[in-house]
Amino acid sequence: MSLEDLKKIPYGKTAIELKNISLAFGGVKALTDVSFEVKKGEVFAIIGPNGAGKSSMLNVINGFYKPTSGTINFAGTDRSEMEPELAAKSGIARTFQNIALFKGMSTLDNLMTGRLLKQKQNFLMQAFYFGPVAKEEEEHRERVERVIDFLDLQSIRRTPVGSLPYGLQKRVELGRALAMEPEILLLDEPMAGMNVEEKQDMSRFVLTVNNELKTTIVLIEHDMGVVMDISDRIVVLDYGKKIGSGLPKEIRNNKAVIDAYLGVSDD
Amino acid sequence: MIYKETGQYKSSYKSDHAIFPLLQDKIAFSTLMFIAFLIIPFVINSYWEKAILVPFLIFSLAAIGLNILTGYCGQVSLGTGGFMAVGAFSTYKIMTYFPDMNIMIIILISGLITAAVGIIFGLPSLRIKGFYLAVATLASQFFLVWLFNKVPWFYNYSDTGQITVSERTMFGIPVTGAEAPSYATYLFCLVLVVVLSFAAKNLIRSKMGRSWMAIRDMDIAAEIIGVPPLKTKLSAFAISSFYIGVAGALYFAVFLGAIEVTESFDIMTISFPVLFMIIIGGLGSMLGSFLGAAFVVTLPIGLKFLMVDMVGLSAVTAKHFEITIWGLLMIVFLIVEPHGLARLWSIAKEKLRRWPFPY
Repeated sequence: MSLEDLKKIPYGKTAIELKNISLAFGGVKALTDVSFEVKKGEVFAIIGPNGAGKSSMLNVINGFYKPTSGTINFAGTDRSEMEPELAAKSGIARTFQNIALFKGMSTLDNLMTGRLLKQKQNFLMQAFYFGPVAKEEEEHRERVERVIDFLDLQSIRRTPVGSLPYGLQKRVELGRALAMEPEILLLDEPMAGMNVEEKQDMSRFVLTVNNELKTTIVLIEHDMGVVMDISDRIVVLDYGKKIGSGLPKEIRNNKAVIDAYLGVSDD
Repeated sequence: MIYKETGQYKSSYKSDHAIFPLLQDKIAFSTLMFIAFLIIPFVINSYWEKAILVPFLIFSLAAIGLNILTGYCGQVSLGTGGFMAVGAFSTYKIMTYFPDMNIMIIILISGLITAAVGIIFGLPSLRIKGFYLAVATLASQFFLVWLFNKVPWFYNYSDTGQITVSERTMFGIPVTGAEAPSYATYLFCLVLVVVLSFAAKNLIRSKMGRSWMAIRDMDIAAEIIGVPPLKTKLSAFAISSFYIGVAGALYFAVFLGAIEVTESFDIMTISFPVLFMIIIGGLGSMLGSFLGAAFVVTLPIGLKFLMVDMVGLSAVTAKHFEITIWGLLMIVFLIVEPHGLARLWSIAKEKLRRWPFPY
């Protein structure tokens, strides 16, 4: 599996397939026998009540958790687990539910870290800042500036991200993921804690990335309005089990999903 | 208005990436270099050399080294003394085995040996963090000092356990040994410090530095974007140890000339003071490393001058006071300005920018 394999897959065909994934921490079963596939170029949403195992699912996809059983088929290759570094190299980027930015660094530097994997100069060259290093730095800076323009981050370029308001931090984190120029973008609750306008902005960014760059997006979100509006397909988890999947309108009428969200009366 | 940056537009990423993007900084730095290279060597005397300038340069280097590891990569280390000892003893052994080798090359090789030792003692950092890592590095401090004391091979089986430098020259002028003139030792250290500082600054502003800071700020996210924690932490240990090793080599060969390991590389004489330097100067700041070193080197001299020469206390009493004041200052500093002198400087710049207006 590699970035090239992923790039070769035509749009609309399966990019990642998860087969019978189970994940347990000791006696706690986070995921039980979950299977679904993500097609290239789509906006795919994972929804479910709190504790359903959505974030665990993302962590399995980008190799942060090793599934207890099951296989991940990534771009045509079967694997029993992923490695975070390998996932990053194969074009998977992600954001976190509770922002994982580098707080001591400026917005610009945070975004530049997204380019680290693509920078090839060795440290001796860096130490003396020879021609190729300077050239490489400027080249990546230019790419990062495009992301800054796209996300409207110009005014906070030099601000340490630790001092930014929450909504902007979320945006910077999306920027860092975009700076990696990923094929697949995993977004863990990108709109949590935002007001309506910020949600609209964020939805716009996500859709533009999907439309213009053809990036596949896997999204976890609690705001049903947003999810139903922007996603192409949805999978629903509850207590670590898959209880439904399909198009937004199918999910909206799915009995099991409604029961999971609203509860079932005893009689 | 003195420190005015408005109107200094950058039209290329190249100029925006410069080490000194502002004209004022460029002028200040050039002036400083002019004084350091072309004025001080002609006016330096033995007192300035031995008491202030050479120790300042050497400790700046050690502080840069520790700042790379602790300030930029977030790995606390208390093993500075031990690593400086590795640099010193490497220099001594290479000098014995290769009498004709150039002193500059000897010192750089000593740095490389220290880097290798640093990697070995950096291995625990992959499993432990914070205070626990500090304790692990403390073990390296005690182990290395013990080793250099215990194994006579390191000090060539001399009776006293001391190691003494022999005379080496650069361009025909001795830079080590008792005969070395003040300007020569000063310039020798200055050249190394300037070159290595630029190298450190370049590393920090490019890929390597960003990987270190990513690991420092959020190691999980760093891993997700493809920064390998193992390689990155070990590279910080290696490069940091290289700087500390070179500082140790200079400390022995150029500054002291003869050392006894337990005395010269003790945790109280090296490891803690260097840690104080980067805390007082500013963690994660190049300027902070220099400011911290200058502060720690000159403070005892200043206090002694004040208490012995001005007030007339006895030297012993003054020494006791010095330790007390030292501790007090540490506490005050950590409360009032935990980000160190470098932050004070940036606040001062901010004020100068607006001067004479209050806001």
